[in-house]
Amino acid sequence: MVAKVSNKQGASPKSFQNKLERHDRKTQIVADLIVIVICLAVLFLLDSVLDSSSMIFVVLKKTAVYAVVAVSMNLLNGFTGLFSLGQAGFMLIGAYTYGILMIPSGDRASVYQYFDGGIVKFSLQEVFAGIFGGNAGVGIFFGVLIALILAGVFAALFAFLIGLPVLRLKGDYLAIATLGFAEIIRALFQWNTIGGLTNGSNMLRKFPSFDSIVAGWAAGSPFVAAHIPFFSTLLPMIIAAICISLIVMLIHSSYGRSFKAIRDDEVAAEAMGINLAKHKMLAFCTSSFFAGIGGAMLAMFQTTIQANAFKSSMTYEILLIVVIGGIGSVTGSILGAFLFVAASEWWLRFLDTEMVFADAGTKTGFVIFAVAIVALLAALVIVKNRGKEKKDFRRIAIIAAAVAFIVIAALINYLVSPSMNVPLLRSGFRLVVFSLIIMIIVLFYRRGIMGSRELNWDSVTAFFMKRRNADKEGGEKA
Amino acid sequence: MDWSVVLPYILSGISVGGQYALIAIGYTMVYGILRLINFAHGDVFMVAGLMMIYFSASMPMYYSIPLMIIFTVLLGYAIERAAYKPLRTAPRMSIMISAIGVSYLLENLALYVTGGLNQNYPGIPWISDSITIGGAVTKRVTIITPILTIVLVVALILLLKHTKFGMAMRAVSRDFDTAQLMGIDIDRVISVTFIIGSFLAAIGSLLYFTNYTGVVPTSGAMPGLKAFVAAVFGGIGSIPGAVVGAFIIGICENLIKGLDSVLMVNGITSQQFGFATFSDAFTFVLLIVILILKPTGLFGEKQTDKV
Amino acid sequence: MTNENVLTLSDITMQFGGVVAVNNLSLDVGQGEIVALIGPNGAGKTTVFNVVTGVYEATNGSVSYKGETILENHPGFKMRKTYGGINADKYTKRIVKTPDVITSLGIARTFQNIRLFKDLSVLENVMIAMHMHLKAGYFSDMLHMNGAEEAKLRQDSIDILEMVGLGNMLEDQASSLPYGQQRRLEIARALATKPSLLLLDEPAAGMNPQETLELSHFIVEIKNHFHLSVLMIEHHMDLVMSIADRIYVLNFGELIASGTPAAVQNNKCVIDAYLGANEDA
Repeated sequence: MVAKVSNKQGASPKSFQNKLERHDRKTQIVADLIVIVICLAVLFLLDSVLDSSSMIFVVLKKTAVYAVVAVSMNLLNGFTGLFSLGQAGFMLIGAYTYGILMIPSGDRASVYQYFDGGIVKFSLQEVFAGIFGGNAGVGIFFGVLIALILAGVFAALFAFLIGLPVLRLKGDYLAIATLGFAEIIRALFQWNTIGGLTNGSNMLRKFPSFDSIVAGWAAGSPFVAAHIPFFSTLLPMIIAAICISLIVMLIHSSYGRSFKAIRDDEVAAEAMGINLAKHKMLAFCTSSFFAGIGGAMLAMFQTTIQANAFKSSMTYEILLIVVIGGIGSVTGSILGAFLFVAASEWWLRFLDTEMVFADAGTKTGFVIFAVAIVALLAALVIVKNRGKEKKDFRRIAIIAAAVAFIVIAALINYLVSPSMNVPLLRSGFRLVVFSLIIMIIVLFYRRGIMGSRELNWDSVTAFFMKRRNADKEGGEKA
Repeated sequence: MDWSVVLPYILSGISVGGQYALIAIGYTMVYGILRLINFAHGDVFMVAGLMMIYFSASMPMYYSIPLMIIFTVLLGYAIERAAYKPLRTAPRMSIMISAIGVSYLLENLALYVTGGLNQNYPGIPWISDSITIGGAVTKRVTIITPILTIVLVVALILLLKHTKFGMAMRAVSRDFDTAQLMGIDIDRVISVTFIIGSFLAAIGSLLYFTNYTGVVPTSGAMPGLKAFVAAVFGGIGSIPGAVVGAFIIGICENLIKGLDSVLMVNGITSQQFGFATFSDAFTFVLLIVILILKPTGLFGEKQTDKV
Repeated sequence: MTNENVLTLSDITMQFGGVVAVNNLSLDVGQGEIVALIGPNGAGKTTVFNVVTGVYEATNGSVSYKGETILENHPGFKMRKTYGGINADKYTKRIVKTPDVITSLGIARTFQNIRLFKDLSVLENVMIAMHMHLKAGYFSDMLHMNGAEEAKLRQDSIDILEMVGLGNMLEDQASSLPYGQQRRLEIARALATKPSLLLLDEPAAGMNPQETLELSHFIVEIKNHFHLSVLMIEHHMDLVMSIADRIYVLNFGELIASGTPAAVQNNKCVIDAYLGANEDA
């Protein structure tokens, strides 16, 4: 008989559970909506409780921007396996498309001061306001919407042109080719000869930003005026939510599966009927589309943009976010974006401020504490490596002891000196600590926070079901 | 055609080309063995420059120079041990991300230590003296660089071809796994590769910063990237290729910088086209062109994938 | 045998630099036949598969499928010199196709070293092979507007998996399957591309006699159920001799014998090169 050589284990818990999930899709949607409402409520609460200049709002806005770009990069690198380092270039195109189209005509002369007001003489929000009988609110709405979409479209267009020669390159070569193109784009946008369009090496400004748009609403509604932080944070989060949802839908579609196939085994994917050139191009253009929107969002966040700032270091930051969150996990990219922005802009800020000890007693206490920590760490390293070969162990022990000795000597030297400033704490230390944390994550937590898992109802249910089954089995054994 | 206008650009092109070559060799050797683009290499170059500044502020030249070289080599060695060795069995992207992380760390450390202010490179006696060639005034380092570069490269190639260890290094870059099975000490080969690369980068920084005397934390990024492009252009894994690529890039980028003045002086154009903005981008145009036409580079070899 | 062969290779030569992997090979597979390609390791068998599926471009020769030439390469000048005039009369002509196009024509293959999508589930592996039949466009797929089509794709995939006996491990990760089941998944995946010709590369590799027997039944079953023709590379002679209609024997890239299993078994060249004499005889 046809190989109904079935598995004698019977239905595995996983497939049964997934049948359960699919029946309850409606429940899932309801649950998602509840979560969204909770998040909105939390945000509203934060607004009411905290001062409007609190860092949390800046962090959340910037997180939304970086989350979109990180997820778009994850789509390309993590889900399709195309290692591309050109994100900054596409963000630049998106940002400039938005800026060029949205600077109010009245401000053009001052922004494009070296280029006779520039060659673009209109702005989208004014065009739409005109279409809708002078209604500025509607004008801004459609203006921003169309500008964002065009930002993505132009980025995708450049991606198409770049992708034609570049996508057949393998691995590292693709990375450096995309990096090269990003640099070429950056040079292009600084070129003074096309300054009439791009303002050359000068910045673009005066276009609508998240804050200015909400200020516009506040003018017409006292409710909005009383909750400006809430609304100005909500706006980027809505845009981010829409973009990320689209990407997630793509990942769960047939095309999304084919992208994953290309990542896993290109040769097998091709043998299964997947046209590599076409699918790689689709992934590349889609990723760049959203990177372009991310760039436009960055413009709306920063209120000014300058081509020179879209260096390869920006791409590296996004890449680090993707890695921290877990390559292949959308939830990871979002979490990673939040942690990255929060840590680098907010939580570690205190490391940049110079502080002074209250008195000699505090200073001595601090030094003793520091010496103890260093000695403990050195001892830990030595003890942990006790099991290794004698030659290796000796080398590690000597290095650990030497480093500890140098640090302790420096501490004692500091103790004796008259300085009352807390050592190390000054401008720039924050980024050093941050970079060290990143190196630790890269070296010891390679798979990132989420690995390639997602936080969704399936994984949550699976987690609880595992606990329940474990309990049941434990009970039966007893 | 007024050559006196072109000459200074060609000279500085040869000079910077040699400096790029010294950095490029580090990239190409490491890639040949580990298949890793060592993004941190350009920053090691920059740190070498900073070290020189700090050492020479408190010590005479004949101490500072060797000390700088030794510490740069130690830095390269330490980076390999700490950030790359643990990831040798990890997927390729992990180690590349580690390299990016190290680069990020070095730049932030430099920013912290220098406070972001431009640091001035000390004038090294004799090589930073001005000399005149064919009517153009330049520093002696412009002549020293290509000569020194060629000498070092020849020495390196001799080392690779005629010593047992050099053969081991070539074997590892051919086939990593088989070389290990043949009893070659991989760790030593890799460490020596990084040591040689860092040594050359230190020399390169000495020459480069004598010419372009401002050192900022990002001073290593561009030269590093360009040196890497040179390595790819010449054929990644090929040392002569990296050197040739570096000289071509150095000369072309300087010619482009001067293109505006050259064209104007010779009456070909009447206004500035702003080509200088593209002198950096030129390197990348070259990269794209070679990747499309011959991805394995000028002197590279094709790699086949068994199905 | 029917009127036209499903697959015909004419004078296929595959040369890598100085190494001639396949030398002027001609073979054909008739409609509904199971044809075996046997020979020692390194004889060039997988290379033949790679040429037929478009992974390699043949140095010379042509492949026709259901009567139509799908691949062809007859370089003029160079080949004339290399082959001393053989095929010199053929004008320079080139038809190249990428593997995905070959698959869309109805030729599916499995791989010698299993190439499953390791990180994906069993079901996803098969659904990916169904992707080429998708009628919806990129955008409607992304926006999940093709629910009915997606559901049908899923059901068709489940049907195939149940047929090969993997129906109750749909969500398991492909790499977690035992070896025998991974091989069956490979075949299921190939079947999902709705082929007319199935190229199996050592399907019984690593199997014990019992599993090999089950596989032989299985291959005949799916051949009949899906109306396939099969070209199979194999080393398990019991499998080959039991189900193959005809056999081609390759050695160092050259065809040394062909015919029915009985004829090939007793062919002296084949015995010397590969099979070894029957010690009982």
